[in-house]
Amino acid sequence: MTILQPGASEWMGFAGEAWRTRVDLRDFIQKNFTPYSSDQSFLKGPTARTKNLWEKLASLLKIEREKGVLDISTDKPATIAAHGPGYIDKDVEIIVGLQTDAPLKRAIMPNGGLRMVKTSLSAYGYAMDPHVEEIWTKYRKSHNQGVFDVYSPDILAARKAGIITGLPDAYGRGRIIGDYRRVALYGTDFLRRDKQREFAELDDAVFDEKTMRQREELFEQFRALDELRQMAASYGYDISRPAANAREAIQWTYFGYLAAVKEQNGAAMSLGRVSTFLDIYIERDLRSGALSEEQAQEMIDDLVIKLRIVRFLRTPEYDALFSGDPAWVTEAIGGVGEDGRPLVTKNSFRFLQTLNNLGPAPEPNLTVLWSARLPRAFKRFAAKISIETSSIQYENDDLMRPYWGDDYGIACCVSAMRIGKQMQFFGARANLAKALLYAINGGVDEKLGTLVAKGFEPIASEVLSYEEVSAKLDKMMDWLAKTYIKALNAIHYMHDKYAYERIEMALHDRDILRTMACGIAGLSVAADSLSAIKFAKVTSIRNEKGLVVDYKIEGSYPAFGNNDARVDDIAVGLVTKFMEKIKTQPCFYRDAMPTQSILTITSNVVYGKKTGNTPDGRRAGAPFAPGANPMYGRDIKGFIAAGASVAKIPYSCALDGISWTASSTPDSLGPTLEERQENLVNCLDGFAEAGGFHVNVNVLTRETLIDAMEHPELYPQLTIRVSGYAVNFVKLTREQQLDVISRTFHQSM
Amino acid sequence: MEEPTEDLIGYVHSVESGAAVDGPGMRFAYFMSGCPFRCVYCHNPDTWKIDGGQKMTVTQALDEVLPYRKFLKLAGGVTVTGGEPLAQARFVGELLRRIKGDFGLHTALDTQGFLHKKVSDEWFDAVDLVLLDIKHIDPDVYLAITGKPLQPTLDFAQRLVRLNKKMWIRYVLVPGLTDNEGDILALADYVKTLGPAVERIEVLPFHQMGAYKWKELELDYKLEEVPTPTPDETAMAKTLFKSRGLRIY
Repeated sequence: MTILQPGASEWMGFAGEAWRTRVDLRDFIQKNFTPYSSDQSFLKGPTARTKNLWEKLASLLKIEREKGVLDISTDKPATIAAHGPGYIDKDVEIIVGLQTDAPLKRAIMPNGGLRMVKTSLSAYGYAMDPHVEEIWTKYRKSHNQGVFDVYSPDILAARKAGIITGLPDAYGRGRIIGDYRRVALYGTDFLRRDKQREFAELDDAVFDEKTMRQREELFEQFRALDELRQMAASYGYDISRPAANAREAIQWTYFGYLAAVKEQNGAAMSLGRVSTFLDIYIERDLRSGALSEEQAQEMIDDLVIKLRIVRFLRTPEYDALFSGDPAWVTEAIGGVGEDGRPLVTKNSFRFLQTLNNLGPAPEPNLTVLWSARLPRAFKRFAAKISIETSSIQYENDDLMRPYWGDDYGIACCVSAMRIGKQMQFFGARANLAKALLYAINGGVDEKLGTLVAKGFEPIASEVLSYEEVSAKLDKMMDWLAKTYIKALNAIHYMHDKYAYERIEMALHDRDILRTMACGIAGLSVAADSLSAIKFAKVTSIRNEKGLVVDYKIEGSYPAFGNNDARVDDIAVGLVTKFMEKIKTQPCFYRDAMPTQSILTITSNVVYGKKTGNTPDGRRAGAPFAPGANPMYGRDIKGFIAAGASVAKIPYSCALDGISWTASSTPDSLGPTLEERQENLVNCLDGFAEAGGFHVNVNVLTRETLIDAMEHPELYPQLTIRVSGYAVNFVKLTREQQLDVISRTFHQSM
Repeated sequence: MEEPTEDLIGYVHSVESGAAVDGPGMRFAYFMSGCPFRCVYCHNPDTWKIDGGQKMTVTQALDEVLPYRKFLKLAGGVTVTGGEPLAQARFVGELLRRIKGDFGLHTALDTQGFLHKKVSDEWFDAVDLVLLDIKHIDPDVYLAITGKPLQPTLDFAQRLVRLNKKMWIRYVLVPGLTDNEGDILALADYVKTLGPAVERIEVLPFHQMGAYKWKELELDYKLEEVPTPTPDETAMAKTLFKSRGLRIY
């Protein structure tokens, strides 16, 4: 079939051929982007219009902070076109579009699960709409129901005990990035035709389960593209054709993203990698004189304002796990192309500049793809913004590029995926520290006292032996991996069936790579515990029922985080081994490729709460360290040593990412801003070169955080990086605030 | 391997791999044990006793910095501080010599200089920069703060000028103790006489983060009521140094 070329006018001045006939964003970017290696002196501050718009929102955000949510649209289960157009201030907005018909008004999305909707509504004092309840009780099944129909007793027990927690079985899985740029480059007509081609190619295929599912999904994708076009039309835009200028390119891209967040309450709804793509349009308009730098910045500021107010309705239990109302609107910035040219453009700077123009903020989750080869001026600018706002995370492009090429984005915090060509089945995480306790107690939960993992013998000896505990842990990891993958297969089968991400997948190729992203929590607790058993003397203390509930530690042991091979090797061994256990499972839904992350987000607090005393001396209920971080206060040789330990964890065994959060006070980074910038750049280079994968950089004083706890009203925008994302500090629970404060501030003596 | 006789033994209180306030760039810092001073505002009283640290050979101490040599070459260097590093002059001299000789790293010595007569001029060949603490310019107050006389420190400064060593002068600003305007100006005038050897002056605001250590060691801490200088007070002290044409950070 012939593919009609869109009108030449929209693509005037663009180079390259391949992308014109087939969806190929990478080709378009590589042929057209303008690398920028100079400094930030071209940037513009916020216009009066931008400041006014942001201030208008500030008053709404204040009410939201006080009430928990500003408002809920209770009677309209959200779809792409369910709500009419909404505005902050119609006359002054440059980029338009809201999730519902008013800013910060949240939608309900019962396809994920009616129970979650009900609990959330009652938590904020809203009544369930009887009509909605009837539909999702009598006529329509949800993802949540489907999953619980098939769960087995061992999965339910593991879930209840908290050895596997945070599973997306009651909420949207998220972590799927639609290639929203496609909407701008091609317009929806082209994209629909391309999907029709993919559909027609399967007309003569064997109609097995796989093909039929594929065909049904493709048809859903057509519908989603149609609804996207209608939704844009309600704002007065015809996006059936390609975007013709920078403003349209930003608007079209945002419409694509907006459609996704209108319909899916995913755990993470990331944006992808749009800044350099959009720069191509901005450059074209700057060259023709149609646009000034001030106007360019204003459009990016306006887009970012929209991204800052993406909201989902969630339950208090969800907030305890993933605190601070995150949406993970992750935007990957920078990185280097496969041909060696850095992908840094002026627009990479403009995105970071929004943190100056609008003040610090957790969203969008700005992620700099770091490489030794990034231009020095860009590195220094990012470091400056980090020092001033603590709102940026860094991920090692030199590690990821060999796996994922040069057009991947980051979903959520640390999950790399080729945009439009790859998705993941999000799997939350398994509690490795608890698995160690199960190994010691023969599968009996140390908190509940009930048998969770069946068929295991507890240890008999009083003094723990490294060989015995390791051997038992090995077997327990087999059980854990098996139970875990069963649960994930059930979850993702049902999510596809009942809460399929139509619009996000419409902005993917038909044939994609799926990963099944498992995860580990409590790595440093488990590693330190094994180190204590190996290098100190650890005696078990039993309760009246004979269950080991505490440990006496005599002597000292090397702790993870001091660049000490004795224990770092144990941590590496645990990660490697658990990945092997996962890989040997017999079936992964849709032939997904298994991966894992070492990432907890803020759930390290909840995991700790659910875990008893551990052989490293950690007390029952005390938080774990987040992600791959060393335990608080045990990394006594400073943060370079801590980073060196974390950097040893091999990315090849944790392809879904390894998260490290480093905090520093401004003073301890150096005496002047100039020196702080230079030092931070050098540290990031050093960490990346050592093979480190991810680092959150916080530059704050302990006093500021304590003051913000006492006077939250004075710090509405105080942002802090926690494992993999950023939050408004004042939106954390008090428990999590204390956890953040008690963490090692790497302050010089 | 070094000959066992040459592998001197020293006492290291602790190491810090990510220090950025003890010399240029990112530093690997050795905190040596032992100090003859008993400064009333000391924030590391746990380093006073020489045997309070971990016993190690020069080779073992070098092993600590070994993994970071490439990074430090690019990003900064090594600083030996304490305690008072000159209290273990032989060990520290050998350590600095090896850091310079084996790894080619920038070296800094953080000292108050009181013990400088213990070491030869050649000893300083392995030192690129001296961070010289001058606690006060008035000999009587100096004695009251540190329990030792001021003159050896001033002699040391002159010696460093003679040896062409670069210096950063460090001054701890303690409200009520070292914040007198006249005293600061007198110190500034003195530092001015040292000429271009002084690359910068650092004013370090006093803090209470070492107070708990005094309690743990059951020592009599006299500055419990002393506040941390406000940013304005610190800025004021810096202005005084600047008024004498000195580079200040």
